[in-house]
Amino acid sequence: MASTSRPASPVELDPTEEIMEIQMGPSHPASHGTIKFNLKLDGEVVVDCDIEVGYLHRGFEKMAEQGTWNQVIPYTDRLNYVSPLINNVGYVLAVEKLCGLVVPERCQYIRVIMSEISRITDHLTCLGMAAQELGAMSAGFLLIEAREVLWDLIEAVTGARVTVSYTRLGGVTNDLPPDFSERLGAAFAHGRAILDDCDKLLTRNRIFYDRMSGVGIISREDAISYGLTGPMLRSTGVSYDVRKAQPYSGYERFDFEVPVGTTGDNYDRFLCRFNEMEQSMRIVEQALRDLPPGPITVDDPRFVLPEKHKVYGSIEGLMHHFKLIMEGAKVPKGEAYQAVEGGNGELGFYVVSDGSGRPYRVRVRPPCFLGMASLGPTLRGGMVADIIPTFGMVNMIGGECDR
Amino acid sequence: MTPGDLLARLQVVLADRIRETHQQCGDATIVIGRDDALDVLQVLRDHPELAFEFLMDLTAVDYLGRTPRFDVVYHLYSLSHNHRLRVKIGVPEEEPWAHSLVPLWKAANWLEREAWDMFGIRFLGHPDPRRILMYEEFVGHPLRKDYPVAKRQPLTPERDPITVDWKFNG
Repeated sequence: MASTSRPASPVELDPTEEIMEIQMGPSHPASHGTIKFNLKLDGEVVVDCDIEVGYLHRGFEKMAEQGTWNQVIPYTDRLNYVSPLINNVGYVLAVEKLCGLVVPERCQYIRVIMSEISRITDHLTCLGMAAQELGAMSAGFLLIEAREVLWDLIEAVTGARVTVSYTRLGGVTNDLPPDFSERLGAAFAHGRAILDDCDKLLTRNRIFYDRMSGVGIISREDAISYGLTGPMLRSTGVSYDVRKAQPYSGYERFDFEVPVGTTGDNYDRFLCRFNEMEQSMRIVEQALRDLPPGPITVDDPRFVLPEKHKVYGSIEGLMHHFKLIMEGAKVPKGEAYQAVEGGNGELGFYVVSDGSGRPYRVRVRPPCFLGMASLGPTLRGGMVADIIPTFGMVNMIGGECDR
Repeated sequence: MTPGDLLARLQVVLADRIRETHQQCGDATIVIGRDDALDVLQVLRDHPELAFEFLMDLTAVDYLGRTPRFDVVYHLYSLSHNHRLRVKIGVPEEEPWAHSLVPLWKAANWLEREAWDMFGIRFLGHPDPRRILMYEEFVGHPLRKDYPVAKRQPLTPERDPITVDWKFNG
């Protein structure tokens, strides 16, 4: 028989002999946004990891400088698009700080309620996706179902599920619907039943625990040096929550706890997020119980549009409306930084005004951008398969990270 | 500590290294010199009464037409004392550089890469001065005020992922 020029069997080559370079992404099914890991692998061990972000960069900060102050609000929806209401609230709080505006109590309560519902949807998305990527399909679908119920609730208030644009300078667009209380009660009952199920399906699931525990550990010192906040910082045992440390929008009125971890691994991050959802529900229930009557926008014609019957019924109202829409509210010259607790940590807005009707500079401090900065070194020395849960627990949201 | 107390305390600790202070909207702000920024920020981080462990944010603002043209803005937070401070340094247009804070905070790595990408400010001593949100072939720095918002970028040839030599030092 004639010999063939068959190459040596690939099985006989030792793949561990050389370092392999692999690019994971930018469109990997487990990379929620679009992100690329440039990996150096020794067998299955990650030797080095370089992370490329920016695939979803849309120039938020540049676009914010083009319109009036209120026209930035729809862009903020598109930052962290699983909890857009927190972005809305954070942005208007920063501008209101610059204007010295204090919104009515009812508006503060509504903002708290909507922010906390958003925080729950944020955590549900993060945990649902992380569970699904580790093979826990049913837990994933259950958590997403719980999120759907809450998004229906958000839709009933704001008219949209994701692109809500709910806040305005000096208030919110509309009041809670009359049957909000009953709908919320039903949604939370449904959500709590699902969380109970997922507690059994995930928290005490052998496979899930083994995949999460002891993986992706960040020390407390590193977490602080990397500027990590939110569940990533709290998993290391540091109890820093902007809502407690520097309360805004009346958070000091509510009784809630800040869950913290001990070791700073993925399982601790999972538990922090999981337990935070119950705390958020507690805040919403307290806020709804104590919800004061009154207006939902501040009574200040410099910043707030006149009522519609004045616009269509009087020349002064029409002029007022026209001036505010065309020139924008005149925000006093100066600068302000306002931090709120986003789903992923401290979401900061640094706004600079030159006294005209347009923002001079709007800067977002994106919590998951810094989380991603810490991810590369964290993954080093671990297994390829561990990239998925560690990355999942950073909860990178492309819109927020890349802006 | 109220912002006023904090600024008074800083005047004692840093003395003439502070060029200017203000506390608009309750945010304590100091302006320091660019050359000794690294030393001053190290004092801010390590001094027990100040203890700003967190570099919360690092960004720049382009004040086109002013001298110096840019401000590099640091937002610091102290976990132990629960107070915040904004530190600003002026950066002239002709020499757009500042000292890198990577030796003090790991967070500075990506934040400074972003400031370089968006404003074209070099950070001296940065271990990995690549662009971060934009691609390497991008021309200009988009958040500068003289970068037109509708500007088109030249088409760049597709990169061959096999032959590109990726840098591994992030």
